[in-house]
Amino acid sequence: MEYVISVLLSGISVGGQYALIAIGYTLVYGILRLINFAHGDVFMVAGLLGIYMTATLPISVSLPLVIIITVFLGFAIERVAYKPLREAPRMSVMISAIGVSYLLQNTATYVTGGQPMTYPVIPFLSDTVNVAGTQTKWVVILTPILVLVLVIALTQLINRTKVGMAMRAVSKDFETSRLMGIKINSVISATFIIGSALAAVGSILFFTNYPAITPMAGSMPGLKAFVAAVFGGIGSIPGAVIGAFIIGICETIIKGLPSSWDVSVFSDAFTFALLIVILVFKPQGLFGEAATDKV
Amino acid sequence: MSEDVLQIKDLQISYGGIEAVRGISFDVKAGEVVTLIGANGAGKSSTLRAISGLVKPKAGTVIFEGEDITGKDSNAIVSKGLMMVPEGRRIFPNLTVLENLKIGAYLRNDDLEADLETVYGYFPRLKERSWQAGGTLSGGEQQMLAVGRALMGRPKLLMMDEPSLGLAPIVVQGIFEIINRIHEAGTTVLLIEQNANMALHVADRAYVIENGKISMEGTGKELLADEKVREAYLGSVDHK
Repeated sequence: MEYVISVLLSGISVGGQYALIAIGYTLVYGILRLINFAHGDVFMVAGLLGIYMTATLPISVSLPLVIIITVFLGFAIERVAYKPLREAPRMSVMISAIGVSYLLQNTATYVTGGQPMTYPVIPFLSDTVNVAGTQTKWVVILTPILVLVLVIALTQLINRTKVGMAMRAVSKDFETSRLMGIKINSVISATFIIGSALAAVGSILFFTNYPAITPMAGSMPGLKAFVAAVFGGIGSIPGAVIGAFIIGICETIIKGLPSSWDVSVFSDAFTFALLIVILVFKPQGLFGEAATDKV
Repeated sequence: MSEDVLQIKDLQISYGGIEAVRGISFDVKAGEVVTLIGANGAGKSSTLRAISGLVKPKAGTVIFEGEDITGKDSNAIVSKGLMMVPEGRRIFPNLTVLENLKIGAYLRNDDLEADLETVYGYFPRLKERSWQAGGTLSGGEQQMLAVGRALMGRPKLLMMDEPSLGLAPIVVQGIFEIINRIHEAGTTVLLIEQNANMALHVADRAYVIENGKISMEGTGKELLADEKVREAYLGSVDHK
């Protein structure tokens, strides 16, 4: 019983971390119809920033700084690599995104020398706590709560504020949005800023649970978060969050099955098999809109 | 007598070498309804798109209230008080009716209540449906919403691109009645129409565009009575 609880807890926690990344994918897709392949690597860079920042600065300064620099990185990537291609075919932008992804990975390899870097122990988050008789870290408890708060804040922003209204309008119709006086580029930048900020928060939570960061550390969580976004219906925020929790929990359950069954190595395979099944049977995902255009 | 709100001088627009508009000039004075009529592909929509900043003209100038706005960003142009009702309505299907109206006032920061009441006064149907998603409205209601949305920006000049397109005759009648009321309320209107009959009845002055050039101009009444216009755009009386 205690074992089951601990598996579920860590599943929810991993799911929450995927959710924070998945929102970035789904937001950007919602507005630009672009799969931002560099997003997972932005997450990795946020992790590395966490290591370098905490090495020289106190936690109270370094963590906010990590979020700010990551936000700036996301903003700069959009301005440099995507904005000049606004009128280009969608495929070009996607290829540009893949290019940015490799650029970030290779820059990280250059800076770190390819060595796995140890993520710092963040006081409190890494401390252990007793829940229902099982030992776990605070980060496991805090992640789902933090995710819930951030998601509620984000949906309020999108549904209740003027910026949010502009984001929804731009996601449907660039040209008419311009005729309303909306600055399209500012709205697009806003989505990259929000997505990167959430990825930075996600990286702090995620890497606290993992011993080391390599330049490739962003690609697997990034891919899984992407699958979560597709599963939930890409473009939908609640969809991405629910998809991320489902994938996180399933993955941890598979890893937690008795070792005599010898299936734990298939946890990643499960996630990607799920992607194939969704794309075959329900391509629009759980909450996505069917791709029909009303004329 | 009255001053020019909009002055177009020798406007040329081309898309990848194909000339859509080949040097047209016209003006719109304060309080007028001016219409551009012409066949499909004559260059009417391109002209409006250039005025509102969606396409950059190849040559020529667009002067709005004495200021050169040629080639400026839509955002800057809208902020000067030039609103457009785009062709095909283009309401935001995922926003509610109320949000669609509010987004027309995106650049305004003052109180919108009075303007909402004015728009609801023109289109009571929109008030009944204010919480419905824009995409669930009928074609006619969407056109009302598109007009209402533009009015929310308190335009000094309201531009309408084919408001009658794809609507039932009775709905078209209603839309043109509203254009009359908007005109009477003092808003200057630049109207583009293929439905020349309706447009000429509501217009103070009109220009006929053919192959990217202005071929004729006059008051609405003059053009309605003109033999060539009747033949080409109104269908001659014998065939009715």
